[in-house]
Amino acid sequence: MANIVSDVICPFCGTLCDDLEVELSDDGKKILEVYHACAIGAEKFLHSQAEDRITRPRMMQEDGTTKEVSYEEAAKYTAKILCEAKKPLMYGWSSTSCEAQSVGHSVAEAVGGIVDNTATVCHGSSLIAVQDVGIPSCTLGEAMNRADRVVFWGCNPAHAHPRHMSRYSVYPRGFFTGKGSKSRKVVVIDPRKTDTASLADVHLQLEQGRDYELLSALRVAFRGEKLPDVVAGIPKDQIYEAADLLKSGRFVIIYFGMGVTQSLGKNHNIDIAIGVTRDLNDYTKAAIMPMRGHYNVTGSGEVLGWQYGFPFCVDLSRGIARYNPGETSSNDLLMRDEVDAVFVLGSDPGAHFPISSVKKISELPSVAIDPHLTPTTAVCKLHVPVAFVGVEVGGCCYRMDNVPIESRKVVDPPEGMLTDQEFLEMVLAEVRKCKGV
Amino acid sequence: MAEYLIKNGFVFDPVLGINGDKKDIAIKDGKIVESVGASAKVIDAAGKTVMAGGVDIHAHVAGPKVNVGRNFRPEDKRQATYEPGKGVKRMSGGFSVPTVFKTGYKYADMGYTTVMEAAMPPFYAKHTHEEMRDTPIIDQGAYPVFGNNWFVLEYLKNGEAENTAAYIAWLLRMTKGFAIKCVNPGGTEAWGWGLNCTSVHDPVPYFDITPAEIVKGLIEANEYLRLPHSMHVHSNNLGNPGNYETTLDTLKLAEGISAKNNFGREQVLHHTHIQFHSYGGTTWGDFESRADKIADYVNSQKNITCDIGFVTLDETTTMTADGPFEHHLCELNHLKWANVDVELETGSGVVPYVYSPDVFVCGIQWAIGLEIALLAKDHMRYHMTTDHPNAGPFTRYPRVMKWLMSAKARDEMFAGMKNEDKVRDRTGLSTMDRELSLYEIAMMTRAGTAKALGLSHMYGSLTPGLCGDVAVYDYNPETASDPEAIETAFGKAAFLFKQGELIINDGEIVSNGNKRTLWVNVKTNENTQVERDIALKFNKFYTVSQKNYEVYAHHYVPNPLVFEIDATV
Amino acid sequence: MTKISLNLITGRTIQQGVSMEGGKEKKAYTKACGIIEMDPSDMKKLNVWKNTNVRVTSEFGTVIVKAVEATQGPHPGLAYIPMGPWANMVIDPNTYSMGMPTFKGVPIEVEVAINEPIYDSQELVRRACGLKV
Repeated sequence: MANIVSDVICPFCGTLCDDLEVELSDDGKKILEVYHACAIGAEKFLHSQAEDRITRPRMMQEDGTTKEVSYEEAAKYTAKILCEAKKPLMYGWSSTSCEAQSVGHSVAEAVGGIVDNTATVCHGSSLIAVQDVGIPSCTLGEAMNRADRVVFWGCNPAHAHPRHMSRYSVYPRGFFTGKGSKSRKVVVIDPRKTDTASLADVHLQLEQGRDYELLSALRVAFRGEKLPDVVAGIPKDQIYEAADLLKSGRFVIIYFGMGVTQSLGKNHNIDIAIGVTRDLNDYTKAAIMPMRGHYNVTGSGEVLGWQYGFPFCVDLSRGIARYNPGETSSNDLLMRDEVDAVFVLGSDPGAHFPISSVKKISELPSVAIDPHLTPTTAVCKLHVPVAFVGVEVGGCCYRMDNVPIESRKVVDPPEGMLTDQEFLEMVLAEVRKCKGV
Repeated sequence: MAEYLIKNGFVFDPVLGINGDKKDIAIKDGKIVESVGASAKVIDAAGKTVMAGGVDIHAHVAGPKVNVGRNFRPEDKRQATYEPGKGVKRMSGGFSVPTVFKTGYKYADMGYTTVMEAAMPPFYAKHTHEEMRDTPIIDQGAYPVFGNNWFVLEYLKNGEAENTAAYIAWLLRMTKGFAIKCVNPGGTEAWGWGLNCTSVHDPVPYFDITPAEIVKGLIEANEYLRLPHSMHVHSNNLGNPGNYETTLDTLKLAEGISAKNNFGREQVLHHTHIQFHSYGGTTWGDFESRADKIADYVNSQKNITCDIGFVTLDETTTMTADGPFEHHLCELNHLKWANVDVELETGSGVVPYVYSPDVFVCGIQWAIGLEIALLAKDHMRYHMTTDHPNAGPFTRYPRVMKWLMSAKARDEMFAGMKNEDKVRDRTGLSTMDRELSLYEIAMMTRAGTAKALGLSHMYGSLTPGLCGDVAVYDYNPETASDPEAIETAFGKAAFLFKQGELIINDGEIVSNGNKRTLWVNVKTNENTQVERDIALKFNKFYTVSQKNYEVYAHHYVPNPLVFEIDATV
Repeated sequence: MTKISLNLITGRTIQQGVSMEGGKEKKAYTKACGIIEMDPSDMKKLNVWKNTNVRVTSEFGTVIVKAVEATQGPHPGLAYIPMGPWANMVIDPNTYSMGMPTFKGVPIEVEVAINEPIYDSQELVRRACGLKV
């Protein structure tokens, strides 16, 4: 009889699939196989088993080599750099549980840090847009059960959210969409003919960075007003057709990604995409949803929201919470030399920030808490490896539609390894000592 | 645990019939007791008002739509001073959508010790519980919403009362919920297609059932399950001119049904924020109060309770599971609109709103709430709420008390309105000189709410044996003359005890208490059909597996207070 | 030497995701992300064979990656480097005061650099930061 754990949650992307089955060795110590996961999710579970995994904290030496230290020493060092700093940046929080985030916030509040999550390089533009114009949205199952028009704008789920289309958006048979993909028309808007676009009924291959113009043109077309012959590289006839296709749906869902959030215009691109969705609600039912990246970046925004009132870029350094993206956002702070220590947990800015920001991190007292070796651990003074959330320890996570799901522990971490939360609690205790609380 | 003796205060306790008499209140082992020993710590309450801890029956303080409100309104943090952490307090901010810390502290400051979260989407129950867990001091429970739930719609359509009840019991257990909430019955499901149900007879698209059938079915299920609280309804057609008729149609559905429970509850239907449902006129142009019609009816029906939802004339954040209403509102004010439709269950919307005293409709809304409360014959059945944050933030309760207790304070408000004449003309408020007493205020804020929740064995009174939840306000009812003193004193309790622990000492919060989450575990007969139906819907139409749906206690509800009920037959 | 100008975007690929979870210090990650996907017509303009090392230069930096033929094309004029440290050597870090660097739509020049090495992710950032390798 195989030893199988069912209903396992995948701690990779914001799709947060919760139907994985993980086959364990008879003693329950090794992961042998992962079923139903996409290639990325399966690799995440299997890589946790790697023989060459780092299991103890390491300090970087002057000569570029590393020296193993205890978790106690690591916690002391972390507390020290945070307490000594005037304005430490505490970045990441997207690949960890809400429980760990919450402890991290207590640390940040005690040391007067800045808490920012990966939305800052991902859907921060969307969060700002939502503050400008709101967002009509829905859960993924609502779209599955009702949507007969599905738009992927500047996102490529075939690569970035591999099971999104099969679980929620294109293929599943929902309550009012009993014929699965035959019940739906799929529209992709992307400057490349992506693998998602190749599955679509309509692909509008716009000129890169011209999203605002095309979205604006759709709003014109909804109203039956005149368009120029070509907008964003798309002939007007195609735009009118697309507008009619959307208006004729019973329920339209627009999923959007980095194609719009990271191109020039940024939050304004999202503003008008939401405007398109609001317009469509005058004719039919429509919703829009950001395709969130990390499996719990959404959770970080939620916990920050209920504890401080802002979803990212939260500056606690003045004893109260302040929020001003552009000023209190990680890359702006780093590039302007405004922070004097860097703490990273549950993200890899070394790989995913502009190199100019990475250089700044490397010049500062810094610690990276991450199960993996990463470009961030390569430039930080201290690397603290921890258990994998969702594999070796459970915890609450929020899906891209803000739905909370509790991730599951499948196996024990290697002996003596701590979880994020346990390590943060040690740091918090040290910080309190140091602050005399 | 320390013993306390609160000496010489003016005590108001409608349950015990104490109306401002000077009494000593003793607390020991977390409870109110008859007497304590000589070593008890004495709190000098001379010249002060003493009441049981406040109990809020309806506020949106935790969960997904509240957090949407916080995150999409950074400007709300500018509406009130963001307070730094100090002592046991974390930093806290926000005005109409405060952070969880501020929610706990501000309720405590008002002498409140129990607050019910008014609408929990079951699919997001974990989120609601995470926020409640992080909210200090106050005991909380949450009402899962049922009025647009596909299981409920199908069972009621087929007349399967027992299955409805079995499903509700299961969902209460899965979500750790406290009561049955019903928001815009059928209308939010219709909103899945951009439609609505604006009368109790509008059929729900596809499901082919009417709001009236849903409301009646849920009332019956509630009594079948013998729950502590009654069915808690937000009826159809909220906020529209002329809606009082829909409200009366809804209330009439309770006629002839009597309460069955072991919790001392007498009503079978609680209508929430009834102010929003007491409108006359046919358009915004001829908009007027119908508070008289509503209050007359509620006064005449002993099996109904209501809370008011007083409009406080602030800039606030509206949020409700009534998705179509929020869309409608955003078409009126053109501000930002958030909406979340939830698979198989419900929906919700969030829109900022400015209740301006210069807009006559807002003025009328303000007057209607006060009118209803002043027309009430039994304040045990009319409760203090602002439907926080919909009609205004809960932090305005002391201000509402001032208006209820002082005709002078009301006149000052009228005088500040641009359309004073119109507001006076379209409502009955200006002819009313009634001023409520603290005894009646105590009914509206603790005794009545505790009873309607089925929690009068724990809260709402200073009867020995009840929880040691006691508030002491720096308000001398014998000497106070300035109505402003009401607002000041009831917004800043001098002392507060929660379960016998000193939470506020001389105006300072000194403890985060030991907050509990209240939920109801009802045992029903084994029901294999409902089990099969649940499994089927999770397999086919939900996007979370059944095993991952349940809210497990360990992380989400670390300190539960479970009400066990046997409803097997 | 021929140089061509292209418009650079970055983003996820499934190989990027899998190799990232498999370990960013491993060769597979370099193979998945230390590349630039170009349209065949642009490769022809540059006179470059598939799988040849090229130097990508923008106003903000320079990096050596392997030129490969775009699999999700055609997209003449557009180049794609999967998200990761190689792309981030050259993308536009300007946030225009809203927090988000400009990861997409960066003007670049591409030239053949057949003898230049492609560093793995750790060496790449350590060198760029002036740390010992």
